Amino acid sequence: MLEIKNVEKTFNPGTINEKKALNGINLHLNEGDFVTVIGGNGAGKSTMLNMIAGVYPVDCGNIIIDGVDVTKLPEYKRAKYLGRVFQDPMTGTAADMQIEENLALAARRGKPRLLRPGITAKERKEYKELLKILDLGLEERLTAKVGLLSGGQRQALTLLMATLKKPKVLLLDEHTAALDPKTAKKVLDITEEIVTKNNLTTIMITHNMADAIAVGNRLIMMNNGKIIFDISGEEKKKLTTADLLEKFKISAGQELSNDRMLLS
Amino acid sequence: MDFLGQLFNALPGSVSQGLIWGIMAIGVYITYRILDVADLTVDGSFATGGVVAVVLILDGWNLWLAMFIAFIAGLIAGLVTGLLHTLMGIPPILAGILTQLSLYSINLKILGKANQSVNVNQTDLLVSLRWVKEFAFHNPLITVSVVIVVLIAILYWFFSTEMGCALRATGANLNMSRAQGINTSFNKVLGIMLSNGLVALAGAFLSQFQGFADIKMGQGAIVIGLAAVIIGEAIFGKIFKNFALKLFSVALGSIIYYIVVQAVITLGFDANLLRLLSAAIVAVFLAIPYWKRQHKAKHMIKAKGGKSHA
Repeated sequence: MLEIKNVEKTFNPGTINEKKALNGINLHLNEGDFVTVIGGNGAGKSTMLNMIAGVYPVDCGNIIIDGVDVTKLPEYKRAKYLGRVFQDPMTGTAADMQIEENLALAARRGKPRLLRPGITAKERKEYKELLKILDLGLEERLTAKVGLLSGGQRQALTLLMATLKKPKVLLLDEHTAALDPKTAKKVLDITEEIVTKNNLTTIMITHNMADAIAVGNRLIMMNNGKIIFDISGEEKKKLTTADLLEKFKISAGQELSNDRMLLS
Repeated sequence: MDFLGQLFNALPGSVSQGLIWGIMAIGVYITYRILDVADLTVDGSFATGGVVAVVLILDGWNLWLAMFIAFIAGLIAGLVTGLLHTLMGIPPILAGILTQLSLYSINLKILGKANQSVNVNQTDLLVSLRWVKEFAFHNPLITVSVVIVVLIAILYWFFSTEMGCALRATGANLNMSRAQGINTSFNKVLGIMLSNGLVALAGAFLSQFQGFADIKMGQGAIVIGLAAVIIGEAIFGKIFKNFALKLFSVALGSIIYYIVVQAVITLGFDANLLRLLSAAIVAVFLAIPYWKRQHKAKHMIKAKGGKSHA
């Protein structure tokens, strides 16, 4: 479903701030794979996701989504294949627009936007039903401005928007990191529910090792712009955080350091 | 009561002028509020509209067709600014200034001289200052009001379409828009074009209303447009929540601006200082939300500090 071949990216090349963010990434995802990604600060996790989404161009290598080489496509054209949720709850939704308007924008992802109605009465009914799944009371507030919602509500809404039109790949960039533990758990539960129900191919970056182990069918660990560890299936289920730290030490030759890393 | 008498006498003219500038202010609203860009092209495109309309009218064109061509000229001016910004990476304010400067030369070329009168006795016009006190359909108060209502209806419809929603999303959140497959560069250009089209249309009305086109007629237009937007929001923001009403409040803001200007002049204020006054008013109104936020932030820090000591 997703194929990353030899992707490299260097920021600020030729300057004192030169930073090799991705150092030959190769990754193959099968349909329905749910991969969690962990790694230290500056390991290249977010850069990898941004490369898939087309936020910046790659230096070399190819990105293929469902058989289509998207390497040269701009961000807004790749959006057709991708659902994205960001770390900052402010990023994924338009605060000045209504809940239903945000959903309607997402429903038209990948389609030409012409002079047809921006939202129809039929859609409103559908969105109301969809929002009930979240169990956050949003179904009664369809015309409320998204800016009035809490961070957790906005992330849940962004998740709904990202999956409203079934994406080929769902990209989650530490989407629970900015939330309090209780809300983070709720959003993660909703994530699992939606991904499982729609059998979505998903990449989720997380700072929470326990989540990384518990969620999904595959786990990769990154360091210095490389994938240093890739485990799936039964083997992954048996992992412990202690195992992961040990693996990291062996592969990277150093202790895992991440400002936000949660070990429990 | 001499003052009130004089003011009342001048009122129809001021209100008409306010209505015409209201069309321009609605254009400014599209860039400044919806797209979140301060576009300075308008100082040039306003005059472009006036100049194009007068040249075509004197050439004997159909009046409405001349207005339409003036609108198209504004679209093109906006297209240039939009492309300077999106294609060449020039910050929007600078892009607008560049277009505005080049429009000065272009307007001069179109008109052939610095100003050109168009006499209502010799030429058919849509609006004229001469008719402001006539009880008739061609009174500019009526003509321009009808135009504004039609324009607001069209804009209200447009911003509810898929394309209009994408434009609003582009102004609201660029990252989100791109993630949802919206071509943000296209929408920025579209918004700036639409805005300048309306601004040029307003210029086309004003040149007929005042009976001449002048290549300097758009000088400071952006400040008047912003003043109208800000006054409209300050007075009607709490009660007008609907999008059409918001656009309507911008037009009302423009009318209020011109009534205040007329009152100040009638009171004997030096007309040469008017622009200084306008700029000062806009500066203060722009500062108020910032001051409010700062005050709030200070308040919150104090409240928190108090708790930790308790």
